[in-house]
Amino acid sequence: MASAFIHHQPPHKLTYLKLVIPKGWPQPPTNIFATNPLTEEGFQLGRKLFYDARLSRDSNFSCAGCHQQFAAFATYDHDFSHGFNNSFTTRNAPGLFNIAWQKELHWDGGVNHIEVQPLSPFTAVNEMATTLPEILKKLKADTAYARLFKNAFADGMINSQHMLKALAQFTGSIQSYNSKYDKVKRGEDSFTVSEALGYKTFMASCNSCHREPLFTDNSFRNNGLPLNRKWMDKGRMTITGNLADSLKFKVPSLRNISLTFPYMHDGRLVRVGKVIDHYRNGIDTAQPTLDILLKKRIAISDQEKVDLISFLLTLKDDVLTHDPRFKQPN
Amino acid sequence: MMKPALCLLIFFCVIFLLPPATVNAQQQPNIKISFINYAGNQPLVPDSLYANCWKENYSVSRLKYYISNIALQTSNQKWNAEQNSYHLVDEPDSLSKNFSFYLPPGNYTTLSFLIGVDSLKNVSGAQTGALDPLNSMFWTWNSGYIMFKMEGTSPQSAAVNNKIEYHIGGFSGVDNAVKKIRLQLAGTPVAVNNKSITEIIIRANIDKLWNAATVLKITETPVCTIPGPLAGSIAANFSTMFDVLKIVQR
Repeated sequence: MASAFIHHQPPHKLTYLKLVIPKGWPQPPTNIFATNPLTEEGFQLGRKLFYDARLSRDSNFSCAGCHQQFAAFATYDHDFSHGFNNSFTTRNAPGLFNIAWQKELHWDGGVNHIEVQPLSPFTAVNEMATTLPEILKKLKADTAYARLFKNAFADGMINSQHMLKALAQFTGSIQSYNSKYDKVKRGEDSFTVSEALGYKTFMASCNSCHREPLFTDNSFRNNGLPLNRKWMDKGRMTITGNLADSLKFKVPSLRNISLTFPYMHDGRLVRVGKVIDHYRNGIDTAQPTLDILLKKRIAISDQEKVDLISFLLTLKDDVLTHDPRFKQPN
Repeated sequence: MMKPALCLLIFFCVIFLLPPATVNAQQQPNIKISFINYAGNQPLVPDSLYANCWKENYSVSRLKYYISNIALQTSNQKWNAEQNSYHLVDEPDSLSKNFSFYLPPGNYTTLSFLIGVDSLKNVSGAQTGALDPLNSMFWTWNSGYIMFKMEGTSPQSAAVNNKIEYHIGGFSGVDNAVKKIRLQLAGTPVAVNNKSITEIIIRANIDKLWNAATVLKITETPVCTIPGPLAGSIAANFSTMFDVLKIVQR
């Protein structure tokens, strides 16, 4: 008869929020909030969880430990992030923004829904190294969480589903659409001559994969990097089991590129210039799964490279990196 | 004038004192589906030693599998399905091995269910209940449910600590390990009514895993823990694993 009680309680107050679809952007491929209505209450619970290092086995690693706001939610200046017991991750932490436009998550696309993504870092021995029962035990022992779960969900239950949905509300809300590039597009700012020339080069040489306005087409491609012999990481093939997917990794967004160094799935290239050099003359053209657009490498002159870098720097979004809504809660 | 709090109190008393039959008589469970795990001719006892048809010895320490999308067909060809039908059979937890729900009265001839979780629920984010990732039946690195999990040991296993470990999953395309099972109930239709509970007891015989559509030998394949063609071929053996042991009216 518990349902009778719930029915006659005063209606649960929720403040509904909406994801911003910036002008000129495509609609997200799916509505990640379709079965998880985005609310201020859910967002705030997710925010606390995101910043809570106690979620990890030894209370040292929060989500935010590797996804730092000042680095557009990537790990600043680290090829690999640090995990439990002095371990390293095996891939470079991507920046977290505009996730609502991604159908698959992770470099290999192994995660098919934003809500289940945290299960990976939670349980990976080289990341947070914990278990769901351990996390829930900690949350249930904390009265602050009891209040936040009650605010966010009608039945107030502290369970894995609510925790994961709240986290998805926070991470799914992180958006980047206020860089200089965006302001130029909106007519609020203008490119320098060098940036404008770089934009031309970008459109001619990079845009087919790093497609604006998201600066990725979210596809999986082999960009001709030699196999990382240490990890033997075959990328997408690990998930699909398909040989044709060998060495394919997700095309990362170039937004906030000046904050998300080092680059590539294993962080092997430290500077943007080195990345451009890879596409100019570093691509291993003998790889059978090499992307068709890269068979002839990309011709970019030294001057074009300088201008291209100026343009790429306009993709830095200071609004995102300073937004108080995404800061660690008090 | 009564105080609002008193009104509320009286209201709740009335609600609680009403016989539940008047509220939701239609929803009283009248069908119960029970699973008994077998190893050959006898009910499975965890950690006991068995021999498969390849004369390999093995014991099972853990056996968990999803039963979902249960539906029954009437003698006039109408399918009635259990709502939100997701169950995790978890040996030896006896509560996990039977599920009751309401079925419109009628004469039923066929039972069908999935062993595993339908593809939609594999791509729909965080779930709860039987589908809670807390149940250790969800792959974190390659999203999706483990449909069937059997762990144990065998002297014939070359894996570490003589383990046998079959985590069978995968839900898309050629790697789909979800199997639909269809069982005829009996020669005569089974009458389901509102006055009694009809229990259908199903035998799940793990002995069939070793030899049905696919030959599974511990010496060759003691472990399968990723989705793919191997998992798919092992899942093909689910097809003969289930049969109706008996049907009881209570």
